[in-house]
Amino acid sequence: MTLRQFKLPDVGEGLTDGEILQWLVAVGDTVTVNQPLCEVETAKAAVELPSPYAGTVTELLFEAGTTVDVGTPIITIDDGADAPAPAPVPAPAAAGAGTDGSEEPAAGLIGGAAPGGRTAVLVGYGPRTTEARRRPRRGGPPPARPAATPGADYGSGGHDRPPLLATAPDMTVKPVRHGGLEVGRQAEAHAAAEEAATALGAAPGRGRLRPLAKPPVRKLAKDLGVDLAALTGSGAGGVITREDVTAAAAGPAPVAAPAAAAPAPVAAAAAGERIPVKGVRKATAAAMVASAFTAPHVTEFLTVDVTRMMKLRQRIAARPEFAGVKVSPLLFVAKALLLAARRHPMVNSSWDEAAQEIVVHGQVNLGIAAATPRGLVVPNVKDAGRLSLPELATALAELTETARAGRTAPGDMAGGTITITNVGVFGVDTGTPILNPGESAILAFGAVREMPWVHKGKVRVRQVTQLALSFDHRIVDGELGSRFLADVGALLSDPGTALAF
Amino acid sequence: MSVSSATTEVVDPVPGAAAPHLPEQPDLVQLLTPEGERVEHPDYSIDVSAEELRDLYRDLVLVRRWDVEATALQRQGELGIWASLLGQEAAQIGAGRALQDGDVAFPTYREHGVAWTRGVDPLHVISLFRGVDNGGWDPVATAFNLYTVVIGAQCLHATGYAMGLQRDGAEHAALAFLGDGATSQGEVNEAMIWAASFSAPVVFFCQNNQYAISVPLERQTRVPLYQRAAGFGFPGVRVDGNDVLAVLAVTRAALAAAREGQGPTFIEAFTYRMGAHTTSDDPTRYRLASELEEWKLRDPIARVKAHLSRSGVADAAFFDSVEAEADELAKRIRTGTVEMPDPPGTAMFDQVYAEQTPPLAAQQAQFEAYQASFEGSEH
Repeated sequence: MTLRQFKLPDVGEGLTDGEILQWLVAVGDTVTVNQPLCEVETAKAAVELPSPYAGTVTELLFEAGTTVDVGTPIITIDDGADAPAPAPVPAPAAAGAGTDGSEEPAAGLIGGAAPGGRTAVLVGYGPRTTEARRRPRRGGPPPARPAATPGADYGSGGHDRPPLLATAPDMTVKPVRHGGLEVGRQAEAHAAAEEAATALGAAPGRGRLRPLAKPPVRKLAKDLGVDLAALTGSGAGGVITREDVTAAAAGPAPVAAPAAAAPAPVAAAAAGERIPVKGVRKATAAAMVASAFTAPHVTEFLTVDVTRMMKLRQRIAARPEFAGVKVSPLLFVAKALLLAARRHPMVNSSWDEAAQEIVVHGQVNLGIAAATPRGLVVPNVKDAGRLSLPELATALAELTETARAGRTAPGDMAGGTITITNVGVFGVDTGTPILNPGESAILAFGAVREMPWVHKGKVRVRQVTQLALSFDHRIVDGELGSRFLADVGALLSDPGTALAF
Repeated sequence: MSVSSATTEVVDPVPGAAAPHLPEQPDLVQLLTPEGERVEHPDYSIDVSAEELRDLYRDLVLVRRWDVEATALQRQGELGIWASLLGQEAAQIGAGRALQDGDVAFPTYREHGVAWTRGVDPLHVISLFRGVDNGGWDPVATAFNLYTVVIGAQCLHATGYAMGLQRDGAEHAALAFLGDGATSQGEVNEAMIWAASFSAPVVFFCQNNQYAISVPLERQTRVPLYQRAAGFGFPGVRVDGNDVLAVLAVTRAALAAAREGQGPTFIEAFTYRMGAHTTSDDPTRYRLASELEEWKLRDPIARVKAHLSRSGVADAAFFDSVEAEADELAKRIRTGTVEMPDPPGTAMFDQVYAEQTPPLAAQQAQFEAYQASFEGSEH
């Protein structure tokens, strides 16, 4: 028997990896040539891979959901032919993306996430995220620089004028092409050199309105603070070269030399780390970019004395219906927000660009931004406005626990209408939150601190927090945003206000 | 909506005229309906023998099989890319079979069906897509120019060649292939202006497969493409590109007119790319599956098969033999592809110029030295 291995091919011009979406065959199955074996998603498309062999499947080397590098064997098929035993199967190595690609909601769509950390595009490959692999070189000294090879050096040898058409370019700057622009530049430099040679006493590179240097060299000089007019060009025709500029920059300042020699250990220590963008990080990034550059954000701040709320919290926590339920300050902020949203339904809305409509939601699906070991997730409590306080407390506790355990279902994250981000748990005062995409308001709840506060005409130590409300100015004007935030603040500073709502 | 009602709805009353985005669908020349019924057209008629009909069917099936096998080979890593002709077989076979000795075809990179009619070995086309060579066939001997990947450039080549024919006094014609997207290219418009100005014996054969990669036709044009010809000053005709008989008749007439000195014709073969633009493309991202289902009802091969069996011109034995031949062809293509030898890395220097220049020789020497600097580079 002969075991044949099918290596993951590059199905789309320059792809480096693909994710096995599903296997269409199992171990033991008999397959024919061109029978689909599996479905693979690449940065370009999801495609079925047909079998190049007929025979019996003996091994599937990767599970569905794995991202595999192009060229890695993915399946072993026994084609039934007589042959010596196969070479040992190399240990399969999954590529960086791992098995959590299912968390990327926009995967596969144009502009969305694509396997391998790329961005899906219609044509072309998307930005590369992998490094090119190099074949090992033979030992010994590296080959001479091609530019120095005699014979390739056409027409420029030994002349101090630039040839009309150089083919031995300044390799450190850029390759010279025989394009119109380069020919024109060469002709220009040639003419300038003629002119300079006839001008009495005029040294090349001096006495001009503008010293001769190529644009990248000008840029370098600007970056290094070198005055080109003060230099004498060593290049053909007095053109100032990159070396002239670097020499001028280093020459008069010998102090720079030890500094240049020293940084090796520093560089090693500061080399840092490159982390592939995937999973929750990638989804978060896409959502934040989409939101920040779609909805014009306005953020307003309010500092609130929440001493009464904190006292109320203790009283409520002692009530029997709250036995076993965590009564956190966040619960009160959530309740205050729900009450205020009932008064100002427009903050609980979405902008429908396609329909040119503002969608005012009938119910409040309250999102809570939760920090989890895998990153930020924003699950929401469906129809939170209808819940009693104990129900809301239970729902919030379950939500955050599920999120921290990494078990939040996609449905729990979909359909949010307004969000609270509790930055206070990290001891932070406030921030300017970015809207959860599709929503028009997000409230940041800062740390509750004991602060000197003017209370009933005297400076007292009070429990004070800061609220920050970001809203989508397409829907919510400053007036509405301010009223909404003031209402939330009023409910927290004097919970009795709720009776008036 | 049930499947059956959907099926009855999508069979449009004007067969072939399915481009709902265009305001008004003009009549298109059709001689064989999607149901396989022979119909007549006032301006174009064709008289094909039973033998010719069977041959056309054979061409269509074999070319499709070649295409399917090449697509599979690409998915197996044996080809770098493949541009599928799926759905456009009739347009290509019909146009290719209209050529006579002395005529020359100037293809894009998708004219595998035309290549087939010119006797080009499928493996010589596949070697190009495997990256082994730049196309293995002799363009002079086959009168089938090398594939042109630059969109629309071949229209200039064809027009220039046609002007040469004219100056030689030869009674032949050039057949330039292009797609709907190429009509937006400068070269194509320039070629048509020149062709019109000099009454060059060239036929522009546009396979309107509805998409320029992902760009739908309505982004290319506000008028049916064939009407553009009027602006250049020569006739334009829209033909059902999935009807091999109509394509054959219309292309024959256009080539005959060109040979007789009546100047160019623009043929818009109204068809549909049933596959992806190339194997690197994912059409599900820009078009609906329902559209494909609609066009499947106008399949270019199914209608010929229906006609053959209904008119008693071919029996089951014939269809089986064609299938068997297709299987053999697929096998030959598969084996031939996998066994193609890799060209040496320096082959790219061989055909840059007719005679190698000193700078190129120096580059080749450098490249050889560079290659030799790697471990395991003995071969």
